[in-house]
Amino acid sequence: MKDYQDGCIKFALPKGRFLSPTASLLAEIGLGFEGYSAKTKQYRLRSTRFSNVAAKILQEKDIPIQVAVDNYDLGICGSDWIEEYLVKYPSGALVRIASLNYGEGDIHVVAGAQGGITSLNKLLAQRSDCRIVSEYPNLSEALALNLRMRRFKIFPVWGAAEVYPPENADLAVLWGRSRAHIAAQGLIPLEKLFSVTAFLVANRESLENKDLSQILTCFDSRLTAEPQTSTEHEPVICKELKIPCPSCPAKEINLALPDGHQQAPTAGFLKQAGLGIQGYSEEPVSRRPSADLDWLGIKVIRPQDMPLQVANGNFDLAVTGQDWLREHLCRFPSSPVRKLFALGFGTVKIVAAVSQEMPVNDICELGSLVQSGKFAPLKIASEYVNVADKYIRENRINPYKLIPTWGASEAFLPEDADMLIDNTQTGKTLEQHKLRILDVLFQSSACLIANKNSLASSNKKDRIKFLAQKLRAGLTNVKN
Amino acid sequence: MQDLLPEDMLRFRRIEDVFRSCCRNWGYQEVRTPTLEYLYLFTATGTLTPGMLSRVYSFLDWDGWSGERVVLRPDGTIPVARLYIDNPGGQELARLFYVTNIFAFEGTGKKSRERWQCGAEFFGGVKSAPDVEVIQLAEDVVHKLDIRNAKLQLSHAGLVKALLKEFRLGPAEETRITDGILEGHWDGLTAVTSSNAEMERLVTALLGLKGKSSSFLRNVKASFPKASPDFKSSLEDFLSITTLLDSLGCRYEIDIAAMHGFEYYTGICFQLLAAGEKIGGGGRYDKLVPLMNGGDIPACGFALYVDAIMRLLPLEKRRKDKSGILVRGKELAPETVNTCFTVAESLRDAGCPAEIDFADRDESSFRWVILVSSKRPSRLVLKDCLQEQHREVASVAEILEVVGGG
Repeated sequence: MKDYQDGCIKFALPKGRFLSPTASLLAEIGLGFEGYSAKTKQYRLRSTRFSNVAAKILQEKDIPIQVAVDNYDLGICGSDWIEEYLVKYPSGALVRIASLNYGEGDIHVVAGAQGGITSLNKLLAQRSDCRIVSEYPNLSEALALNLRMRRFKIFPVWGAAEVYPPENADLAVLWGRSRAHIAAQGLIPLEKLFSVTAFLVANRESLENKDLSQILTCFDSRLTAEPQTSTEHEPVICKELKIPCPSCPAKEINLALPDGHQQAPTAGFLKQAGLGIQGYSEEPVSRRPSADLDWLGIKVIRPQDMPLQVANGNFDLAVTGQDWLREHLCRFPSSPVRKLFALGFGTVKIVAAVSQEMPVNDICELGSLVQSGKFAPLKIASEYVNVADKYIRENRINPYKLIPTWGASEAFLPEDADMLIDNTQTGKTLEQHKLRILDVLFQSSACLIANKNSLASSNKKDRIKFLAQKLRAGLTNVKN
Repeated sequence: MQDLLPEDMLRFRRIEDVFRSCCRNWGYQEVRTPTLEYLYLFTATGTLTPGMLSRVYSFLDWDGWSGERVVLRPDGTIPVARLYIDNPGGQELARLFYVTNIFAFEGTGKKSRERWQCGAEFFGGVKSAPDVEVIQLAEDVVHKLDIRNAKLQLSHAGLVKALLKEFRLGPAEETRITDGILEGHWDGLTAVTSSNAEMERLVTALLGLKGKSSSFLRNVKASFPKASPDFKSSLEDFLSITTLLDSLGCRYEIDIAAMHGFEYYTGICFQLLAAGEKIGGGGRYDKLVPLMNGGDIPACGFALYVDAIMRLLPLEKRRKDKSGILVRGKELAPETVNTCFTVAESLRDAGCPAEIDFADRDESSFRWVILVSSKRPSRLVLKDCLQEQHREVASVAEILEVVGGG
């Protein structure tokens, strides 16, 4: 724990898209970190040069917040996540220091090619109520306000924003490599908001009070450089873009299938059930696979987003995890989403875990410890913010603070959080990170969910019943 | 976040009482709207600036899966306009008033995010007279609150908007400069004038000078005969109101550039200042009700800023003279407690405020103390704190006889 004591400089480094270029840059400027590579399985890193500099690898989305709350003095992440934070909290503690001049693509406002919206002015003239889907809800809201939209709804999603327009959203705010890249997804780029480049950011108070000069000096040659502008020549008007415009007639029943880890087992299950689907089991996965049943429309989205999308009627049915259903129902207790049945795969436990060094054996003891003033407020890192909130309230732990994460909550303990609430299959990862399971909240597996209004609809209920029976048969096939 | 302590509440209630009394005297009726409203109520008219809307507290309700968001009321007028539209009383004309809190995020943490307003709105009616009425009503409240040296400043949103049109800017730039002006930054306007000598003359006259009577506006009208019809019509409207104010002996200052935050105003707007602080503001907003699909109803109104006014009012002097009665139980025995409550209730019924105490409540601020005990020969002893005398009493009737005579 020495690395994180006072006097140490704490650096938040990105996972994912910026990991390799950031590692190269840091090595080049003499600020390398041991083990900072795509293959690493550790989160905590040591500077190869400065004994007082420690780093942690975090999800990029988490970095602006973690720097702002003073868990880190410095951080590197994409300008999209920085703007997403700053547009909501302009006077907060996050300070942009400089662009590091690497990165790719831009944040665009797009519409679906079949939706008939070719400009934002046209949209404002045509729509009295605009639905915007995005991984960047704050930027989307700022856009809606700046355009003085009379009425708008923002749907924050974990990903796959590109698949929502035009049926399930009028606009999406998303990242695109280029306008041509966006057009290739059947979308019309209406406006570019800004380019995505890696940025060096700092905590305001650290910058004002702490000597970060040895680190900033390393970046010196980069800090004075002008941000590079994209040299790609792009067609200016939409007419010059080749936008595939496949016909997607409205279907009677809409089903959402998961991407990511859940995709392969779901594809296997559907095959067992004898449901013919093209474009889902083979690579690359189509975001709009087609079914043998001509009345069935399918989209592939994130399982995290499904309960809300089923609740608001964009989909009648979805294959998601019970964990995400419960997360949704904790937030919206009267939601019209119903679980039909579990599908028997993707089983995980949702657990509360703490550092092995935490002197408690169960959640009651933790409650007493927090009440005595130690670990107060208790900081809980979780992907399941609403599940975690309910669990903590029910166990009467006070005071507490929730830290929403986008996965890999184990990286937060013990420096940046005291407890995590996350899913685990075997518990091995938790053990590797010297964490101990304190409580199992519930067990979760993949399940079929439905909108209760669709279940009651005379136009839909027979087809939903047919589909549900087919999937139930798949369940039997798997068991046999 | 801000607590209102007992002393603050005395001032708060004083403002509220004076405001309510004035409004009722002028024929206004009190209404109250919900703290939670739908966000689209405030975005639908397109009148509030993006800057203002970005500071509202909005969130998804418990049934917010459809994406519809609710907001902690950031403005007092728009909800009252909605109330007027949603609850037609059969008459176009309505005089409504309210005392309400409004919420806006404030990034520095130095100001409160919850502020209180006393507001009045006049829906319907013909022009000029309602404008003068709401100004006079606001001044009446300020006068009755005994706020000295309050200053009335006038501007005209229609005139400012017509002035902007004269520049023939592109829509984007016009919106940018308008939003700037609404936030109080007039420099955007002065920056674009330099290219046009006539416009510079007009802007200099309007923004640089401060009129003290309707004559100033007559002079502006005479100096710029070539101004646009919109500008002239707004000027005429402004002139008719100021002429009426002159005839009523109302003192004011015309300061076009002093105004900001007049998002939905279309005609005259005004603000009241005291000790350098803005204590209220209002104006005419003829487009708001039509934009909310409530029909072609003109309207005007104002709000007084309770927090600012509270800072100006002197602390209510604590009554140094002894008053009130303390009923003190010597012990917590059921019989004593019972007697204390019975005695106190009888005193209150007779119109004497009475406080019960079983601990060591300081007696210094009370005129009388009644000692209640189960052990004494007489269970009641009346202590005169002024004369510093004790006497045994037999009944509440005897106490009332003494206290009433004291």
